[in-house]
Amino acid sequence: MTLKQTPLNAAHRAMGAKMVDFGGWDMPVNYGSQIDEHHQVRNDCGMFDVCHMRVVDAKGNGVRAFLRYLLANNADKLALPGKALYSAMLRPDGGVIDDLIIYFMSEQWFRIVVNAGTADKDIAWMKQQAAQFAGQNLPPPQSPLIKGGAADTPPLARGGREGFAPQLTITSRDDLAMVAVQGPNARARVWQVLPQTRAATEGLQNFQAADCGEYFIARTGYTGEDGFEVMLPKEKVEEFWYALNKAGVPPIGLGARDTLRLEAGMNLYGQDMDESVGPLESGLAWTVDLKSERDFIGKAALLANPPSKKLVGLVLLDRGVLRGHQKVHSAYGEGEITSGSFSPTLEKSIALARVPKEVQTGDQVQVAIRDKMLAAKVVKYPFARNGKSSLET
Amino acid sequence: MSNPSNLRYTASHEWVKTEADGTISIGITQHAQELLGDMVFVENPAVGRKLKAREECAVVESVKAAADVYAPVSGEVVAVNNELDSAPEKINADPYGAWMFRMKPDNAADVAALMDAAAYQVVVDSEAH
Repeated sequence: MTLKQTPLNAAHRAMGAKMVDFGGWDMPVNYGSQIDEHHQVRNDCGMFDVCHMRVVDAKGNGVRAFLRYLLANNADKLALPGKALYSAMLRPDGGVIDDLIIYFMSEQWFRIVVNAGTADKDIAWMKQQAAQFAGQNLPPPQSPLIKGGAADTPPLARGGREGFAPQLTITSRDDLAMVAVQGPNARARVWQVLPQTRAATEGLQNFQAADCGEYFIARTGYTGEDGFEVMLPKEKVEEFWYALNKAGVPPIGLGARDTLRLEAGMNLYGQDMDESVGPLESGLAWTVDLKSERDFIGKAALLANPPSKKLVGLVLLDRGVLRGHQKVHSAYGEGEITSGSFSPTLEKSIALARVPKEVQTGDQVQVAIRDKMLAAKVVKYPFARNGKSSLET
Repeated sequence: MSNPSNLRYTASHEWVKTEADGTISIGITQHAQELLGDMVFVENPAVGRKLKAREECAVVESVKAAADVYAPVSGEVVAVNNELDSAPEKINADPYGAWMFRMKPDNAADVAALMDAAAYQVVVDSEAH
């Protein structure tokens, strides 16, 4: 099978990257030392090729109403244009199809960024749901549910014409590339390279984006550091990459991206959650809005099945390295590590683990590593953000 | 970095150096450390443990992955390099200087029968695509 390549493939090779097969993509794992790259991002800044991730534009009348129904987090939290929201997209049974970020640009346009490995599946699902949504959502004046009060109308019909979305389009933006520039000095370096975008992006708060013509710039990321994710035309990305490098931004591989996101306590789809588990067992309860009246795909299943497990952070007390799929033994039963590695910031091994819900912060658990049982402590994550450890002890 | 010609090698990427006293030092090769990346943990066998050739006896872990280290020949573990406990990155910096453990081989001839540097290079080249 031929590996897929991003438009930066030649640049990675020219910069001495070690390339690996990452879910069918030929991607840089490091350009030398993964640990040095990790510290570089925490202490200064670095750039990541994230062109393999997919940008999807949802446009048309009723797009907000559609997203309100499609996603577990509530699109109504997005009041100001430019604001972004992290959400899970669920199956009717509550399993996680993907996690994604939506950017509210206007009532006619929401931009969605989804994971590389799930992009095709996600888009097919969105299109299928959009078609059904448009059909289902014809104003139902004869519905016996409607007794006159808004509270009695089916949730999908609430909002009347706004919810009627026959014009909704879901477009995969295969013409766009994406580069993440992350670290305390990341924004300054982007402005050095793209001075024309400074005025529009200087005032961006965390989780806000600005559409600057060819450049769509968001103050988001996957490292626990400040920075931008920049979407731009594919033809321009190599030039942008080299210009950033010339401005003093070194390239960072997927290896450091993984330890940075793990320290920041950010889930990785396919490891920390997938279609077989729900968001409430995956540390994503904060992104699931179960309080509002709003219905969404998967809501009924989540309400019907309270979780028996939860995601916690672990710090290894003994010598060794925690890894995905290692078994965790607690006083309340077994669990499993979903992501584990060595934390360059803490200089200890850390992990995310799915354990029985009774397990509490501060508990000691045992992790089976090869032929040994090693001691680990349950901690509140994130482990590290903004350049330093965020653990209390 | 080329593989030193005074060492012997295994297909599982250990190097073997015969010391003046007839014991052998074992470490992992330049190729192996490069594949694994930044080393963060080393677990050596206990001194006194009797090993069979190709038996799993030690572990090296990088940020990325764990890898088993195998006994190159049969024999007894006579020493381990405890320095690597606190400084596993020495394997990255100097793979042929950072020995992991020493063995007293049952038969010196077993060591001589291992691959030389040229034969090992063929193994490395065959793994590259």
